[in-house]
Amino acid sequence: MGKQSTKSVKDLLFGDLWEYAPAPQGTDFVELDERYGHYIGGEFVGLDSEETFDTINPATEEKLATISVADEATVDRAVKAARKAYDNHWSKISGAERAKYLYRIARMIQEKARNLAVVETMDGGKPIKESRDVDIPLAAAHFFYYAGWADKLDYAFPGATIKPLGVAGQVIPWNFPLLMAAWKIAPALAAGNTVVIKPAETTPLTAMLLAQIIDEAGLPPGVVNIVNGAGATGAAIVNHDDIDKVAFTGSTQVGKIIQRAVAGTGKKLTLELGGKGANIVFDDAPIDQAVEGIINGIFFNQGHVCCAGSRLLVQENIADEVIAKLKQRMSTLIVGDPLDKNTDVGAINSREQLDRITELVGSGVDEGAQKFQPKCALPDTGYFFAPTIFTDVTPSHRIAQEEIFGPVLSVLTFRTPDEAVKKANNTPYGLACGIWSDKGSKLFRVAGALKAGVIWGNTYNKFDPTSPFGGYKESGFGREGGVQGLLAYLEVR
Amino acid sequence: MANEYVVPRVPTVDRVAADERAAKFATRSIKTTAKAAGLKLVVSMIDLTTLEGQDTPGKVRMLCRKARRPINHDDCPTVGAVCVYPPMVPVAVEELKGTDINIAAVATYFPSGQATLEERVDEVRRTVELGADEIDMVISRGAFLAGEYGRIFDEVAAVKEACGKAHLKVILETGELKTYDNIRLASQIAIDAGADFIKTSTGKVAVNATMPITLVMLETIRDHFMKTGKMVGMKPAGGIRTAKQALRYLAMVKETLGDAWLSPDWFRFGASSLLNDVLMQIEKQRTGRYHSDRYLSIS
Repeated sequence: MGKQSTKSVKDLLFGDLWEYAPAPQGTDFVELDERYGHYIGGEFVGLDSEETFDTINPATEEKLATISVADEATVDRAVKAARKAYDNHWSKISGAERAKYLYRIARMIQEKARNLAVVETMDGGKPIKESRDVDIPLAAAHFFYYAGWADKLDYAFPGATIKPLGVAGQVIPWNFPLLMAAWKIAPALAAGNTVVIKPAETTPLTAMLLAQIIDEAGLPPGVVNIVNGAGATGAAIVNHDDIDKVAFTGSTQVGKIIQRAVAGTGKKLTLELGGKGANIVFDDAPIDQAVEGIINGIFFNQGHVCCAGSRLLVQENIADEVIAKLKQRMSTLIVGDPLDKNTDVGAINSREQLDRITELVGSGVDEGAQKFQPKCALPDTGYFFAPTIFTDVTPSHRIAQEEIFGPVLSVLTFRTPDEAVKKANNTPYGLACGIWSDKGSKLFRVAGALKAGVIWGNTYNKFDPTSPFGGYKESGFGREGGVQGLLAYLEVR
Repeated sequence: MANEYVVPRVPTVDRVAADERAAKFATRSIKTTAKAAGLKLVVSMIDLTTLEGQDTPGKVRMLCRKARRPINHDDCPTVGAVCVYPPMVPVAVEELKGTDINIAAVATYFPSGQATLEERVDEVRRTVELGADEIDMVISRGAFLAGEYGRIFDEVAAVKEACGKAHLKVILETGELKTYDNIRLASQIAIDAGADFIKTSTGKVAVNATMPITLVMLETIRDHFMKTGKMVGMKPAGGIRTAKQALRYLAMVKETLGDAWLSPDWFRFGASSLLNDVLMQIEKQRTGRYHSDRYLSIS
């Protein structure tokens, strides 16, 4: 100004003039065992099993611990423990008594939040700011919320008589390990069921820390049983004769296998499967906030989110502006060490997932879509993938149809609200959609026409224990969260 | 005239989401080398301000000397400017002779702006003649709220012309415009009419600069740059008192407008008590420990 020279630039420059210094979260207080088994009947068992696998830190590819695999006999033991706890104790005590334990678990998750967040990030690769600010607080919130229902079940469904189901077999994914455990365990216990739960094989550690919390909380033995393993262990749970209810979160492919397996058995089933969420941006949207919502919708947790807004449907008359702003915003994303407090996009959860993302992105290029990735240096070791958007995408492209489950956004355009709805619904999935418009009447009309279980208006990826979550079509059935989440664990008469 | 004015089209702003985005910048961890460099940058961006009825030549002299040498060693830049009422400009001119520090003066019947345009423009002209390098004007918030957008454009354009070579900062008084949509529109009108800087507040109303309000203004600046290639500066003023707050603003500038705006040419803090808190942190970085505020000179 005044006495100083002024130079103009041609494009915004997101460079290194003033760089954030590394701000790594310390890990020295984290105490992990070298070997983890299972938690069955109130005891930590299975440390001697012959079959094991390693869980690694996907950001460094270093081994964190050796995990035992539960075979059919071990699963049987867990189900028997759950049955015994259900028959002899858990189904007999009052709701207020069950609530006491759930509140205790919730408080202990809060007390140990830092440790849980760091382990979650080490084992899964998600940025520490997300495990710290989202995963762990929400996990605690879920226990608090369902603790509140435990003694009020008689009022949850007026006019109906309710009963717990019995023993629930639960299989959860690797994208939100502790949070998914909370989503499964809290409503099941509140409703009076006991559980056998299997965490994902790439992210077993926070489940084992949760087992320690449950143990310290003095939950009666057998009410929660945690077994480790991969698909075969999951199948042993699903196919066990004495399971009354199966709850699964994961891929649509596996969901279909499970649904076939339980057909005719009398087991109740809820499935929360894949998605290909549409984020619909109308020309009257608050553009800058919409861009932020698109970023959050697809790059939150590296896009390892079943409800990710992986298809951007933007009105054609603002597409250029939105895409330009999106590219600018992507240039400011910090990709790298998940333990750094400033990291926005962390590590891909596993080599297998990285390969799948790479393959699908390759197909996008081959099929003629335009790929954009911001300039960002990826770490030399570990599984990383640069934030990616594809423009010139048509609905027939694989990247517009298949769930990529990575930081990859496909951009499509539309002309009218009706066309937006048609395109958004043009998918076998139906989990989540976002709508961005300043016009309330349009927002609600479009929301009513979308076939998806979760619709966000002028926001995205917002989660709350009071709000039911679940899918239409091949995204599954049943709801988790809210009073509706209790239905999955109750017999209503 | 006012009837012919074509109100610029600006995107709507969703308050909840804008607040949320602004809050994210506060979670950036700014440590060690980033903190050290950031603190010095903040000092160089401060418009060290005194705008009181009780201002005297002595007070302004004291402020100017603090601006020249904020602390008793050389490892600290001078501030960007001192900001005073028009009658104090000659005192500042004398005290800041031979330095790079600009003299900013609030004019146009600051802080209310309640006078005729002739009177306000005349004040600007006289203030520039006294030696002000920068003029901080206020817009007529009443006219804006009454929907007379053309009047806002005209008054900013008239003041810009009266500024001559002096740079013009346009104070929107966002605490009186209230909604983010109003703030976005007022920012655009001020920029269209020739503002070199847009500025949040006078510091004289209940709500002054906030992170989300500044973000909305930065985004207006960004959109204008993308459309025209013309850079406009930003000055949040009032309510920024701590080094921690200031570093969060810097993070917001860095991630919204990029490196080009990380300079006193394009970003300023309107503040009086901020400087000493930043100096305290600079001393902590330099010596490894906090000293008491008794070691910092008052201004």
